[in-house]
Amino acid sequence: MTTKAKPSAWKNRAQAIKKALVGSNGKLGLGAKIFLYVMLTSLGFVYIYPILHMGVTSLKSLTDLLDPSVQWLPHQLSLDNYQKALEVMGFREHLMDTLLVSFLPSLFQTFSCALAGYAFARFRFKGKNFWMACVLLTFIVPFPVLMVPTYTLYSDYGILGSILTMILPAAAGQGLRSAIFILIYKAFYEQTPASLDEAARVDGASEKRIFFTIGVPLGLPAMLTTFLFSFVWYWNETYTTSLYMGNAALGDTHSVSTLLMELSKFEDSYKAYLEKVSGWAAKMGGATNIQNEAVTMAGTILTILPLLIIYFCLQRYFTEAIDRSGITGE
Amino acid sequence: MKKKRFGLVARREMKGYIFLLPWLIGFVCFFAVPLVQSFIYSLSNVKMTAAGRKMSYVGFDNFKYLFNEDTVFTGLLTDFYREAILRLAVILVFSLVIAMMLNHNIKGKGVYRTIFFLPIIVVSGPVLQRLMDEGATTVPLIESYGVSGIISELLPASLANPLNGLFTQLILVLWYSGVPILIYMAGLQKIDRSVYEAALIDGAGGWVAFWKITLPAIQPMILINGIYTLVFLATSGLNSVISEINSRMFNTSFGGGYGVASAMAWVYTLTLAVGLLVIYLVTKPRKATVVEVSKTREQIRVERLHAQRAAARKGGAA
Repeated sequence: MTTKAKPSAWKNRAQAIKKALVGSNGKLGLGAKIFLYVMLTSLGFVYIYPILHMGVTSLKSLTDLLDPSVQWLPHQLSLDNYQKALEVMGFREHLMDTLLVSFLPSLFQTFSCALAGYAFARFRFKGKNFWMACVLLTFIVPFPVLMVPTYTLYSDYGILGSILTMILPAAAGQGLRSAIFILIYKAFYEQTPASLDEAARVDGASEKRIFFTIGVPLGLPAMLTTFLFSFVWYWNETYTTSLYMGNAALGDTHSVSTLLMELSKFEDSYKAYLEKVSGWAAKMGGATNIQNEAVTMAGTILTILPLLIIYFCLQRYFTEAIDRSGITGE
Repeated sequence: MKKKRFGLVARREMKGYIFLLPWLIGFVCFFAVPLVQSFIYSLSNVKMTAAGRKMSYVGFDNFKYLFNEDTVFTGLLTDFYREAILRLAVILVFSLVIAMMLNHNIKGKGVYRTIFFLPIIVVSGPVLQRLMDEGATTVPLIESYGVSGIISELLPASLANPLNGLFTQLILVLWYSGVPILIYMAGLQKIDRSVYEAALIDGAGGWVAFWKITLPAIQPMILINGIYTLVFLATSGLNSVISEINSRMFNTSFGGGYGVASAMAWVYTLTLAVGLLVIYLVTKPRKATVVEVSKTREQIRVERLHAQRAAARKGGAA
């Protein structure tokens, strides 16, 4: 009996160890947990490695840059690069442009998409499915197809180079990725009960009033999410902004240039800046050929810094967007 | 009294359309009309003169030019799709792995979620370009072990180039996983834990449970993620096809102009539509006919397990 009991005892012990390490019944054991944390942390590190690299490089002085032994920790933190990048990019004036280009269209987009999503969620009308399919179509059809005709359209109306080229489509629910926002609103208004609307309707409130006094306050979380994403996407947009606003008519002094448009021509601006600062001597001495990555990285950080701040303050609203969108279906 | 001709339903229908009106106007002005116009452009030769645009109908000449004479466009297009297939696969698998890890009950879930969603905030053409120039987009280990050299030696160039492209931009590719991760997580959370427990009792291990429970349950999410990712790759800030179309639009000297640019855009759109259709066909939920077969296999396993346990109990009692 004892001889036979031993293996089963061993088995039990092995199973207990396995349970502690791997876990069972949906509960994680210690080993599995450690494995998970290690994996997630290292993958997370790889994931934000470019941003970390960017941050560290932007703080390096020239000697540190050329010294291959300096990888992560610069000998001294130099904010010189930021100083230079600020000047090269004309940060102050272009920050205003960027804020305008991202703030105004996203405000209009938030509202126009709310109207459309509300219509899809709360009303029954003929052709609803057809129009919903059209919303999805606007998501799938890539921008280049519309690029030429809209460009000529804007040029016919003489609004090329002005911020109106961004605002008009946004106000009409055709801004950047509007389809996603309409879907978010639709799902949101479908999930919130319509009983308040019904009560107001019985009391004789107009649909307009119902929307503004009940629909809008109710939809505030969805609106915030939409606004944030819209803001970020307009901030990051370069195709449409450089096409509609970068190619302003010659002699037009009032052309809008966003930080990202400035970033894409950073090298040229940097050369011009060096020539301006150190005069023709630098031009002859070849100093302009020195590509200072640290300054470039500082410029890159500066363009995304406002977004990073917004993201870290309000990240809940970003990551909850998916749950709101109702993409998982019921 | 005229109002009475409309029933209550019809009137509510009208009101629905009133709310939809801004979008409808935008749809017509900024989408439908430009779409048709761009098709007309693609069939014409557009010349810019001092008096304005002059268009002459040329049939499918622009398209013929693209496929027969043009040296750049078709190459760019095939390159894009070759890369897109690889990237799509990497993104879909990677984001599922991350989502499954995050689906466990672990501490600091919010922190990890914040990290993996972060790139969505910073992906834009110029920023990515800067990072690539800086060489900050590849996993350092891949470079130092000379993986790319091995790949180019072992594989034909048509396969090696996109693979190496994938490795040198690996982190950027992974950066597109932010939204797919969250979509997968939302889907995974909806699966009832008791299903897994039931499967465990029936003798299904983690591997089997993944293929038989998890994967079928998140099939719709795979479809959504596939479509989302392909659309985002196709419109991303670094897409060379789009920049080519953009530069052709204003380059009238060499096979350019509005006509050719529109034709390129249409070819791009149609191929993209085919790509989306393929994704749909590959990932659409299927009827679960396989389950029947596998169940019997599982039953056999369970029976064997029961027999073993009974034998062990007998041995213990003896």
